[in-house]
Parts: sequence; structure tokens; C-alpha cells
Amino acid sequence: MAELTQKERMKIPRQDMPVQGPEERVQNFNEVALGFTLDLARMEAERCLQCKEPHCMEGCPVQVKIPEFIEAVRVGDMVKAVQIMKSRNNLPAICGRVCPQEGQCESRCILGKKGEPVAIGRLERFVGDFALAKKAFGVIRGPSTGKKVAVVGSGPAGLSCAVDLGRMGHDVTIFESLHTPGGVLVYGIPEFRLPKEKVIRAEIETAAKALGIRILTDHVIGRTLTINELLAEYDAIFLGTGAGLPTFMRIPGINFNGVMSANEFLTRINLMKGYKFPEFDTPVKVGKRVAVIGAGNVAMDSARCALRLQSLRAGANGGATGAEVHIVYRRSSAEVPARLEEFHHAGEEGVIFDFLTSPVEILGDGKGTVRGMRCVRMKLGEPDQAGRRSPIPIEDSEFELEVDQVVFALGTDPNPLVFFNADGLERTRHGTVVANQETGRTTMKGIWAGGDVVTGAATVISAMGAGKRAAADIDRYLKGELDW
Amino acid sequence: MYNILEKKTLSDVTKLLVVEAPQVARKAKAGQFIIVLINDYGERIPLTIADHDSKAGTVTIIFQEVGKSTVQMGMMQVGDSFKAIVGPLGHPTEIENLGKVICVGGGVGIAPIYPIARELKAAGNHVISIIGARTKELLFWEDKMHAVSDELIVTTDDGSYGRKDLVTAPLKEILEGQPGQIAKIWAIGPAVMMKFAAATTKPFNVPTVVSLNTIMVDGTGMCGGCRVVTDDGAKFVCVDGPEFDAHKVDWQNLLSRMAFYRSEEQASVQRWREGHECNLRRTVGDGLP
Repeated sequence: MAELTQKERMKIPRQDMPVQGPEERVQNFNEVALGFTLDLARMEAERCLQCKEPHCMEGCPVQVKIPEFIEAVRVGDMVKAVQIMKSRNNLPAICGRVCPQEGQCESRCILGKKGEPVAIGRLERFVGDFALAKKAFGVIRGPSTGKKVAVVGSGPAGLSCAVDLGRMGHDVTIFESLHTPGGVLVYGIPEFRLPKEKVIRAEIETAAKALGIRILTDHVIGRTLTINELLAEYDAIFLGTGAGLPTFMRIPGINFNGVMSANEFLTRINLMKGYKFPEFDTPVKVGKRVAVIGAGNVAMDSARCALRLQSLRAGANGGATGAEVHIVYRRSSAEVPARLEEFHHAGEEGVIFDFLTSPVEILGDGKGTVRGMRCVRMKLGEPDQAGRRSPIPIEDSEFELEVDQVVFALGTDPNPLVFFNADGLERTRHGTVVANQETGRTTMKGIWAGGDVVTGAATVISAMGAGKRAAADIDRYLKGELDW
Repeated sequence: MYNILEKKTLSDVTKLLVVEAPQVARKAKAGQFIIVLINDYGERIPLTIADHDSKAGTVTIIFQEVGKSTVQMGMMQVGDSFKAIVGPLGHPTEIENLGKVICVGGGVGIAPIYPIARELKAAGNHVISIIGARTKELLFWEDKMHAVSDELIVTTDDGSYGRKDLVTAPLKEILEGQPGQIAKIWAIGPAVMMKFAAATTKPFNVPTVVSLNTIMVDGTGMCGGCRVVTDDGAKFVCVDGPEFDAHKVDWQNLLSRMAFYRSEEQASVQRWREGHECNLRRTVGDGLP
């Protein structure tokens, strides 16, 4: 392609990624977005103005050298693109799919001021998928330092910390409580957003192999081993145990059959592949009328999984009518905390949104199973100190919603199990670990923490950023450049 | 890999496996459980640790073949292995010298009651044990229970061995016959048995501990599938338990929650049995009985 002038570049429209249409995709768990072809990627890369002082990088929590990797894509040098990408971000196939780019890198793109920003996330995903397909890791393990680091938890925070430490030549062991590494990437985020085998397993295995990282699954820290036992054997510990403890509303009826946490619903579906029952052994039930409480990404994932299960089961049963999935949220559409794209996808697929609605009681059928939900309508009051308008119940507005499944997606807290016998580790009253925001250092010498276990439930990329910052500090500490 | 080192058939439907799991064996205590996963297609199911050998790095599990996974496990042989063994999970039994105690084991519940009785005996308690099953063929470990008990009563529902009674009958007799002398009771078995054991001991106001075996997925406190209603609020059996004060448990809710996936379980075991038979027929022809 001949070099384009700036004007010509500006005329290229933002390239759309091929996707499965809503009617088709709601009947399967396959990935919705199909990814750029090389031609589409190169066309999109042409749009980048190669700013001398790129603002996009400021919006990236791990400071990927965005214009450089995009330039490599533009000229078609994919190996170079992978190297540039992986010098900062080791898991681009994952980040390219789940980062909220509209609020990060893409929100700072200069093109976004007048038109649409460069599709940095889609390009990142393209580079990541290329690396996986070619099994190109792009970085090598540094000379061995002889220092041993234990990373607890193999979610986004632990993975990014482990991978960086591996590159620095440290001897890393990851302890994971489930039988598969990946944390929320495997049990939480559904297959249709983040393929488990093709992307997560491949990305983790490639990185672990290249960097000599040992992954011990089935190890529940707090039970199988304690933090203090790890401390005796390792030179440093990073806690990336996330926030996996589900929150239920304190209303009557939450223990009826059919009422569950989003964690349970999603774990049965994603980790245990319950959507393929009985080929896989873990059953998962889906109601004919499902209510998901909450409107974050986890709520959208739950609702969209429920829709797909309903379709799959209806197909098997010769078609069922009247199936509905509701998102019940106490604020309005303007306050929806989910990523815009997910909210949009859920709507396209047929999720019904009940805004300004809050459950007050779950109703049983007399045999221990949920048959409905008593709800109250809400209005928004004055903005609070954080600027969020708090919902207030409207008097005499109660009504019944007929549902036979209720999924609570109201956020999660850190699991206290991991802190068994680790009394020196200071925690907040919310159960999160007290840690320095820049370095990740906790109140116990030799222990760092980052990701949701420090911040409470947040995003994949912020956890990855925290893992990276902690790795840098652990490295300097282990080299003796910094005291505790 | 979690290899099976030893297999014993305790009854037609009750099997014992000794499995290599050094990280669990190192820490295991009476009252704790593990989560097992057979293979990539499997489900995660909780099983109580019946025994462990920390030197050999093994744990012993005993299970009754009631569903797809347990039937499949029953067919596993020495040399086969599990995809995952996770644990030890849950709180260990609180063992103290209390004086006179009763240990009740119903059916496959004899397995988890055994290490508890053994520890209680070792701690200096006078241990009265009651073990029972539907029929003689389902009884096991009478000798082992005998060895760790000061008194042992054996019952069968149909009278094919020992006393013809439910385990709750001798339990009630002891409480009536020795008023105020029993310090604490442990009762482990099917949920219905534990419910009736709780009802039996309640009028005597003797502290009674049950070990709940609810539906679980992860077993580490992250899903809440195992939650149980108690007088102290909803609890997660996997992290708050598995032992609970029997007099505080909402048994109706527990039984209803445990039955939630029954139709799926039945479909799954039936499908697997048929598939398994098909495979056999393919290999050995139609000469199967």
C-alpha cells in the first residue's frame, strides 16, 4: 500500500469486526465477535496518525506502545507487532477482548475528538490471536536469579505478575485453588466473550512454558497450605486471590431453590461446561423466566448465558414459548455499570431491562422453589458525595414479577479463606487487603497483593496493571535495590 | 496425578479407594472433606476424608454409588487416576475430652464417623457408637468401629443383621437411660437420618453435631451453592462447616435444596449406564446378560 496522506487516513472509516448476528448467536456459546482479518487489521492500522506524543498510551494501564505496534501491523510485520505488544502486555488475546477500551486507550485517541477513535482493542486482539496461532511468545526468560516467588491465584492479577517475574528470571510457582488456571477468565467470563481453550488455555500455557512458570492447581491457600507456610519457603509472595465471595441481598426467600449467585450460575456454565450437560456431568438449570439482579458485566454475562441456555433447551424440547430473561436494576439505564458493548449486546439478544426496580422478597411455590419476586419501583434522589444518584423506593409501588429463577449479580468480596492464620496481614472492614497502590506491598514483610483482593471487584485490566506494578517492585526488592 | 493405589469393595454399592494426594494427606484432620473431579468431563463432588496417611501421602475415601459420578468412581481401578483432588476443606471436628459421647453413623456415614470416633476415643472420651444401614450388605467397618468404641450398637432397618431398628431407636434409649450423662453427640449419614437424629436428641437438650453433605461446586466459598439456613442465618457448608449444630439447621430447606437437581442426576446416571453398556457390547458382542 502506498503511503497515505494524513487527509486520506482520516477518511478511512473505523473498521467493524465481523460478528455473529443476534438471532444466530443466542443459540450457541460460540464467540460473538469473530476478529479482524489481516486486510481489515491493516486497513484499521492505516487510520492511526502515529502521534509524536500519543495520548492513547496514557489511557492504557500497562502502557502498551500502541502507535509502534499499530505501525508494525500496518506494514504487515506481525512478528514485530507481537514483540512490541508482549514487551508490555503478555496477554493481548485476553485484554483485546475484555478491556473496556472506550474508557481507556481509545478514549484518549485524537481521532475520537472529531470522529471515531482507532480500534486499538480490536488490533490488540488481532496481534494476540496471531501470536497464539503461530505459538510465538515474543519474549524470553531472563537469566535465572535463583529467587523463588509464590503467586497465589491465577486470575488476571496473578498471571500478569507471574509472567513479568518469569521474564525477569525469577523462579515462579502459581498456586490455584480450582482445577484450571485463569480465575474469573475461566469461571466467570463466558465462552462467547472469551474462548476457554483457544484463548485462555493457549495464552497461559504458552506463557508458562516460555518462562518456566510452575502452576499448581487444586491448592487452596488457607487450607492446603497457609500464607505463613509459603512465606517460609519463598522469597516473596504475591496475593492475587481476587474477590470471589458472592453477595446476596438480605431479603426473605433467598434460599429457595432456583435462587443462586452469579458465581454459581456462571461457574456451572463456564468452568464446568454445564451448557453441554449431559455430555459434561455438571448440571445447570435455567428457568423459563429468569431475573438477574444487578447491571454490571457479571449481570450481563449471566443474562446472556440464561438466554442461550433457554434457546438450547428449547431446541432440544421442540421449542418453548414465553421464555424471558430480565435484568432487574435499581438505578436507570444511564447508571448501568456494565461495559457499553455488553449492555448493547444483551439488548440486541432480547434481554428485558427492568430499570428503577428492586426486589424486596423472593416468593416460593410452597415446595421450596422460587415462583416470583415482589419488587418495588425506585426513583433517583440527589447525587451523593461520589456523584451517584441514590435510588429511593416509591411508596405503594410494589408489584410481583413472575420468575422461576433469580440470579444475584451484586458484586463480590474477597474470600476470607486465604487469610487463615495470617493475622499480620491488615485488611479493611470490607475484607480487602491493605496494600500500597503503587508497589502492592502489604503490611506483612515479603507479601504483595493486587487486583480485586485489594480494590474489591473491578476490571481485568486494572488487576493486570496491579500485578505488573507489584512484579516490578518485587524484582527490585529481590535484587536488593530496595529495602522492604 | 492423583492415582488410585488401593480399592476395596465394602458392599455391592459401597467402595473404598486409597488415593495418592500428598498435599491433602499432609494437612487432613477428622471432619474435613475433599472435592474430587474424575476427568475433564466430570463434576466436582464433595467427599469426606475417611482416613489419611500423611507419611504415605494418601487419603481414603468411601462412597456409595448413588449417581453418575459415584457409579463411575466405583468402576475405577487401581492405577486409574482422578483429574483433581482438592483439600482438605472445611473445619476439622473439634475434639476435646468431654466425658461420655455418642457417635452415630448411618449407611455410608459410617466412613466419616470413624475418624471422629477414633479421635474422640484417643482424647479420653467414653465413646458409644451406633452404626446402622438399610440392610446387612450395606454395613461395613464394624470391626474398625469396635476398635475405637467403648460400646458399639449395630442396627439394620430390615433386621438382617444386628438390631432391627433405625439408629435413632438406640440413641433415644441411651439418652433416656442415662439422663444427663451424654456430653455430646455426632451424627453423620443421609440427610433424613440426621434430621431424625436431631429431632431425637433435641428434647434431651444434648449438643448434637451433624456433618452436612449439600450440593457443592467449588467447595471454597465462592459460589454459595451449598448454603444452608441455620438459626444464625444462611451459612456456606464448604467454609463454615461441614459440621453444624443439628438443632439449628433448617432441615426442610436443606432437603428441598438437595433434591433440586434430582431429575438431571437421574438422567445423567441412566444415560451413562446405557452408554457404558453400549461400549461393552461393542467390545464383547451381544453376549451380555
